[in-house]
Amino acid sequence: MAKSRHQELGLTDEKVLDMYRTMLRARKIDERMWLLNRAGKIPFVISCQGQEAAQVGAAYALNLEEDYAAPYYRDMGVVLAFGMTTRDLFLSGFAKAEDPNSGGRQMPGHFGQKKNRILTGSSPVTTQLPHAVGVALAGKMEKKDFVSFVTLGEGSSNQGDFHEGLNFAGVHKLPVITMVENNKYAISVPLDRQVASETVADRGKSYGMPGYQVNGNDPLDVFAVIKEARERAVNGEGPTLVEAITNRLTAHSSDDDHTAYRDKEEIEEMKKNDCIMLFSEYLKEQGVLTDDAETAMMKEIDDEINDATEYAENAPYPEPTDALKYVYAEEGGE
Amino acid sequence: MAQMTMIQAITDALSTELKNDEDVLVFGEDVGQNGGVFRATEGLQEEFGEERVFDTPLAESGIIGMSVGLSTQGFRPVPEIQFFGFVYEAMDAVSGQAARMRYRSGGRWHAPITIRSPFGGGVHTPELHADSLEGLMAQQPGLKVVIPSNPYDAKGLLISSIRENDPVIFLEHMKLYRSFREEVPEEEFTVDLGKANVKREGKDITLIAYGAMVHSSLKAAEELEKENIDAEVIDLRTVQPIDVDTIIESVMKTNRAVVVQEAQRQAGIAASIVSEIQERAILHLEAPVLRVTAPDTVYPFSQAEEVWLPNYEDIIEKAKQSINF
Ligand SMILES: Cc1ncc(C[n+]2csc(CCOP(=O)(O)OP(=O)(O)O)c2C)c(N)n1
Ligand SMILES: [Mg+2]
Repeated sequence: MAKSRHQELGLTDEKVLDMYRTMLRARKIDERMWLLNRAGKIPFVISCQGQEAAQVGAAYALNLEEDYAAPYYRDMGVVLAFGMTTRDLFLSGFAKAEDPNSGGRQMPGHFGQKKNRILTGSSPVTTQLPHAVGVALAGKMEKKDFVSFVTLGEGSSNQGDFHEGLNFAGVHKLPVITMVENNKYAISVPLDRQVASETVADRGKSYGMPGYQVNGNDPLDVFAVIKEARERAVNGEGPTLVEAITNRLTAHSSDDDHTAYRDKEEIEEMKKNDCIMLFSEYLKEQGVLTDDAETAMMKEIDDEINDATEYAENAPYPEPTDALKYVYAEEGGE
Repeated sequence: MAQMTMIQAITDALSTELKNDEDVLVFGEDVGQNGGVFRATEGLQEEFGEERVFDTPLAESGIIGMSVGLSTQGFRPVPEIQFFGFVYEAMDAVSGQAARMRYRSGGRWHAPITIRSPFGGGVHTPELHADSLEGLMAQQPGLKVVIPSNPYDAKGLLISSIRENDPVIFLEHMKLYRSFREEVPEEEFTVDLGKANVKREGKDITLIAYGAMVHSSLKAAEELEKENIDAEVIDLRTVQPIDVDTIIESVMKTNRAVVVQEAQRQAGIAASIVSEIQERAILHLEAPVLRVTAPDTVYPFSQAEEVWLPNYEDIIEKAKQSINF
């Protein structure tokens, strides 16, 4: 029998099911966050919906035990793959003291977890990119084999930090993989008002690295490019820029109304090409997933989300006085 | 006259100047079709066209740097920084370039740019979306820094800022955007930059504030009145340059002052007002000039916001401390 696409890529049936589960977890966590937001329980949501295929496809091509991630705010799929738990994410959504991103100090979507090598990020877009380049430089100097993986939106690829960071990475042939999740909007501003080059991938050329455009709606396509990029990185061949074409299925955030700048048909069309649905169809065609197994998987995820929601909702908030801590080193601290 | 919120007064001022002067341009992230994330530019692109009201790519340094170039060609750019914390991305363009164009060219060029931006705490936005960075701006010679506390002033000050021939940082406190309405003339009018406003007259103590803290100070003054303390409240309106004359005149009358700012304590506007007062009126003082400020920490998470931000009770406490000195 001819090998399936995932087998060609060296992915077992189990592995692709696991990828699907991670995509689904990201989606369902995000959906719950919206419900909680609308119920007035969590302050803000900024969604991964529509981008899970790119995020999970990429993350599974990395070494999840050693590589570093500098994700951006939509990367629920990346951080789940890197080891954040559903509880972690709800603790952050509710801004509770136990939130591993920041102890409830940062808004949802501002990921960071030292133990899983997820760099703490901040609100100004693209600031994570030079950080990731610095991590890669350190890795190269210390002859470690990890790669540094950084993501951002296409609008964010117009910031100086993008160009400065990639150029440095190119000059020094650093093991850094940059993935631009191109969902074609930066809040309301469409791609053609943002980016002058034909593709974002084209921008790699100026910085001495290959730039690949890939269908970000297909986790296997993304997996393949990132895998190759990782090999190049660990072989000392330098950085890679990947542009994953994705969709943002929701408004920019819970504070935005996207019907002000995109029409209904466009939104409907995107929903017909939902990456979760497409991957589910693929797995079923391949006989890797059945309807029953999928139902069971959903149930398991729902239970996990219910548990995490309840846990996080009941967890204590940080004390207001905690806001005074960690401006400088604490006495006796590092 | 019309009843306007501060955000409506701002839109109205922009529209007034777009109408008055074809060199006025309004641009920034999401300001065009979307009308701005706070809706400050709502309807302006429709009315004035895409050439004069437009979306920029997501790149603040470019937005302000380009404004410098436009201003050398006779335009009056009014760029928006989506949240003032993102001005860090453009600090060189603002402080290193726009502010110094006049000086550096020996007066041959100048940069009539008005950078508008939302800032301020109390609306549950996190750090960088709430920071009070006016002290940082005020420290840069060449910039003027304007902070309205109400819809009327917002319109008059914004029109003045746009007409001003030096760069102005126009900071819009998010908590005031829609918190109340007041009468604002529909026709054009200006409020002078660099002129404070005595919002409430009093003889016992002077409370000096700007932005949202003007309202906390007025509330404190009302409460103090119940205890027979008659407080004067000054709204600075412009924090660079500071209207020192108005402050000194008041302090010479009341002999006591408390300076209130939402920003952290270190190196701020309040500190420089205290210095001005002691340099010019020390012999008129019956008590040290006190400050009400936020603590010297990063802007906190939402749960801590109410505790962290200065409020009218803190102002009352300091006022009494001054009175009882
Ligand atoms: C420096 C900076 N400027 C402005 C913003 C406000 N902002 C947050 S997300 C965003 C749009 C980002 O678009 P894109 O890079 O395409 O990513 P997407 O949200 O579409 O995934 C903007 C303007 C910000 N966070 N940082
Ligand atoms: Mg985008």
